[in-house]
Amino acid sequence: MAKIVHYINQFFAGLGGEEKAAHPPEKRDGFVGPGMALSMALEGTAEVVGTVICGDGYFNENLEEASAKVLEMIKSYAPDIVVVGPGFNAGRYGMACGMVAKLVDENLHVPVVGGLYEENPGLEIYKRHGYFVPTGDSAATMRKAVPDMVAIIKKLLAGEAVTVGFFEKGLRQNYFAEKRGSRRAVDMLLKKIAGEEFITEYPMPVFDRVTPPPAVKDMKTARIALVSSGGPVPKGNPDRIESSSASKYGTYSLKDITDFTPENGETAHGGYDPVYANLDLDRVLPVDVIKEMVTAGEIGSLHEYWYSTVGNGTSVANSVAFAKDFALRLKEDNVSCVILTST
Amino acid sequence: MVKEIERAGITVAHMCTVVPISMTVGANRIVPTVAIPYPLGDPSLPPEDEKDLRRKLVRKALNALCTEVEEQTVF
Repeated sequence: MAKIVHYINQFFAGLGGEEKAAHPPEKRDGFVGPGMALSMALEGTAEVVGTVICGDGYFNENLEEASAKVLEMIKSYAPDIVVVGPGFNAGRYGMACGMVAKLVDENLHVPVVGGLYEENPGLEIYKRHGYFVPTGDSAATMRKAVPDMVAIIKKLLAGEAVTVGFFEKGLRQNYFAEKRGSRRAVDMLLKKIAGEEFITEYPMPVFDRVTPPPAVKDMKTARIALVSSGGPVPKGNPDRIESSSASKYGTYSLKDITDFTPENGETAHGGYDPVYANLDLDRVLPVDVIKEMVTAGEIGSLHEYWYSTVGNGTSVANSVAFAKDFALRLKEDNVSCVILTST
Repeated sequence: MVKEIERAGITVAHMCTVVPISMTVGANRIVPTVAIPYPLGDPSLPPEDEKDLRRKLVRKALNALCTEVEEQTVF
């Protein structure tokens, strides 16, 4: 029977949430957590022989070491296919799944099957290294994700071509077309001239990039503002910004704050261990040193408000809307530069 | 958010721990930080040393803001 190794994080292994995100890599024989559903759906065509588990924080903060260990553990089972996640819209988990896919693809040369939400940052970077099926943005869609992944695994095991059901890898594949290239190109051109719909065979990539704005000429006269996606808010989270999938951002005055303490600030973010930020929010939004630098004349002046949201699973559309909104206020106040912190 | 602020013509220094994410979202001036739960601190240090570390990171960001870049740059 074909052998599958499954990579999952600390949460899906049942070890715990954020408090266990620093868990180093470990391997266990057989399936763990979502591997059970995977195993059942494979109905004896393949077996989950081992599970490799690593905390999301550990993986992303110790990339080299974690990569080496995880690869070694996966290799020890000599898998035919490696399954990662699904990671849904969890940023760090998606990055880890993608990184594992890359490691396996480049070093073990066996196919990788996973599942990610379309906005997961891990997808954009690593999609060429595995068959990632589209999932919903949370684990609530696991029931749909597993059969989708299994469908691809079964095709791979049967030696069939896998052409649909996953995010395009962006790799070229040779095939025999009925009509030769010149004919297809002329057909497309004729359709275009006739104002009809045509489908290009070579879509141009869309790069949404902003040209870097000019450097600040003199920091001693510049007006700076602080923005964060790490969820820094006044104690009590007065606007009730959601701990994930935020629907709003907050605007808070820095007038009376020169230093964060456990009494005046906390984080609303639900995607990382909040203990350190709640004790001293300067660790997320460096108000203490910025205010000192303004007083010392190192920085010209500070915009009175900080803008904060929670970047945990928050949609790109919402983030764009938030920033467009407060960017207007920054412009009105002649702010020339921003320090934006992310967790 | 970084891109939308820059689209408005305001220069941004993105301070974050997972640099590949920052590259994907299109930040132009990237300053790597300490760890995900405490980008601008380190609870294992004595308070004064921790603040010193934060000061150094913020100065690095100020320097990034004062540096012309042609493309995405990690400082």
